[in-house]
Amino acid sequence: MNDGVNGVALAVFIFFFLLVTAMGFMAARWRKAENEHSLDEWGLGGRSFGTWVTWFLLGGDLYTAYTFVAVPAAIYAAGAAGFFAVPYTILVYPLIFTFLPRLWSVSHKHGYVTTSDFVRGRFGSKGLSLAVALTGILATMPYIALQLVGIQAVLDVMGVGGGEDTNWFIKDLPLLIAFGVLAAYTYSSGLRAPALIAFVKDTLIYIVIAVAIIYIPIKLGGFDEIFASASEAYSQTNPATGAPRGALVPGDAGQWTYATLALGSALALFMYPHSITATLSSRSREVIRRNTTILPLYSLMLGLLALLGFMAIAAGVKVQNGQLAIPQLFENMFPAWFAGVAFAAIGIGALVPAAIMSIAAANLFTRNIYKDFIKPDATPKQETKVSKIVSLLVKVGALVFVLTMDKTVAINFQLLGGIWILQTFPALVGGLFTRWFHRWALIGGWAVGMIYGTVAAYGVASPTQKHFGGSAKEIPGIGEIGYIGLTAFVLNVAVTVVLTFVMRALKAPEGVDQTKPEDYTADAGDPGVQVELPPATAGSSTH
Amino acid sequence: MVTPLRVVIALCLVAPFVAMLWVGSYAKTDPVVIGIPFFYWYQMLWVLLSTLLTMIAYKLWQRDQRARSASKGGASK
Repeated sequence: MNDGVNGVALAVFIFFFLLVTAMGFMAARWRKAENEHSLDEWGLGGRSFGTWVTWFLLGGDLYTAYTFVAVPAAIYAAGAAGFFAVPYTILVYPLIFTFLPRLWSVSHKHGYVTTSDFVRGRFGSKGLSLAVALTGILATMPYIALQLVGIQAVLDVMGVGGGEDTNWFIKDLPLLIAFGVLAAYTYSSGLRAPALIAFVKDTLIYIVIAVAIIYIPIKLGGFDEIFASASEAYSQTNPATGAPRGALVPGDAGQWTYATLALGSALALFMYPHSITATLSSRSREVIRRNTTILPLYSLMLGLLALLGFMAIAAGVKVQNGQLAIPQLFENMFPAWFAGVAFAAIGIGALVPAAIMSIAAANLFTRNIYKDFIKPDATPKQETKVSKIVSLLVKVGALVFVLTMDKTVAINFQLLGGIWILQTFPALVGGLFTRWFHRWALIGGWAVGMIYGTVAAYGVASPTQKHFGGSAKEIPGIGEIGYIGLTAFVLNVAVTVVLTFVMRALKAPEGVDQTKPEDYTADAGDPGVQVELPPATAGSSTH
Repeated sequence: MVTPLRVVIALCLVAPFVAMLWVGSYAKTDPVVIGIPFFYWYQMLWVLLSTLLTMIAYKLWQRDQRARSASKGGASK
């Protein structure tokens, strides 16, 4: 597909890339606070973001370049099954509405920066908090890697660095440059950089979608035409499986998978460290609830985007690697300059979440591994320093991952990451509402969920690979095919409940709960809740 | 404490789950609207419906909070 470099598209892409780079570095001075050497400043943007900044930040965070490439790619590959992303994002908001304000309140009252901070404070268990932190870091790394895969796909279609026969250094140079710039401004500006760049990213994406959803169907002869040719393409037999390629509507057998994937993914989304980071950086509890009423705008956008998968089929896009379907569609349909805008939207769409994710993973490491286990007397300044360095390491790790391993490996690990992160739900959300679960029972449930999820996913074969071929498998006892993550989660909860009864009977020590019931409903302005917390350690009441 | 207002809030938040997880209720092609099969436009319609429901829940919840602090003599707890 590399029929030379698309010069105009590349020039537009580079223009936007330079623009956001300048913004990234300038962001350090945006809403600057007095004490810049605290983790609250670097890692949570001073916890000062209002409704709109939070909206852009969360949107930039949850709807990543990978989402924009992968969801239509899934539709392109198999049809209806890929559309589960829409009900999934619908279900996310009632969930956020219910539990995130409580997390916001208790975190602001006690100065928690990460979910593990909360779990440790609530259950008085460093072991449980370590489990949550490790799960978070493990699940985030392949997610960052996938963002780089997204950038690579765009560069590939533009004809830079692509071809298999070029020298590896030339081939990966554009990615290395993009990566270096990202790392540099995240290091210097912290969470403020992605927050500011998210404005550009979303504006570009909204423009591109609006144009694509009107312009492409007109060129292809309307939606009737598009769905007709898609329907025909899906009915063709796939030689590798001997079954049709896909369907426009899920059949009876696919419905359990569809529903469990939607539910499981919705439950998992707000367990990811980067979603929590964006949430805790908001100014008040109200900001979060108000956001649940405007965030679904992104879901609508995602639904429209998914339709691009059908358009790629109708437009006759033929790619081996499904991830390239949408960039290729843009290249084929749009004039060169607008294709450049679309590529910039995807590329910047990768930079924003990659920055937030690496910051979130770094915060987890610093607070819950470095401070808890390595250097308990670390000063806020040292914490910030460690976080900055770890955010670099995490990104380098992701880069090595992308450059050395096959892309399907990154996607497999991302699937696993979703299964893993869901296993922290009982400790976190359970903990927000009740102290009934025993801390050791939670660790037991987590371990069972992690092991079951990993083993089950290992056993899933696909036409192209023997292991980790997908994330759906027969649910034991029900016999339907369902999302492994959700099955593991149900198992996790069952084990936790049983073990809690056992621990109670054995009178195992409960651990100290730092929090009080009223902490969970506190809002900015209430006594003890500061809008801008001073150094990150100020709230931890054990000191 | 369970009040009628809170039951309504809970219903607003639960409704999207019932609608979306009951895949059988919408796994069909007809009726087609502007060329888009039912399966797709129905779910996108639910993006709007669930937004509306969350907004209602948010407004009701604010009212609930005001009523609660008023009943405590205006003291924010």
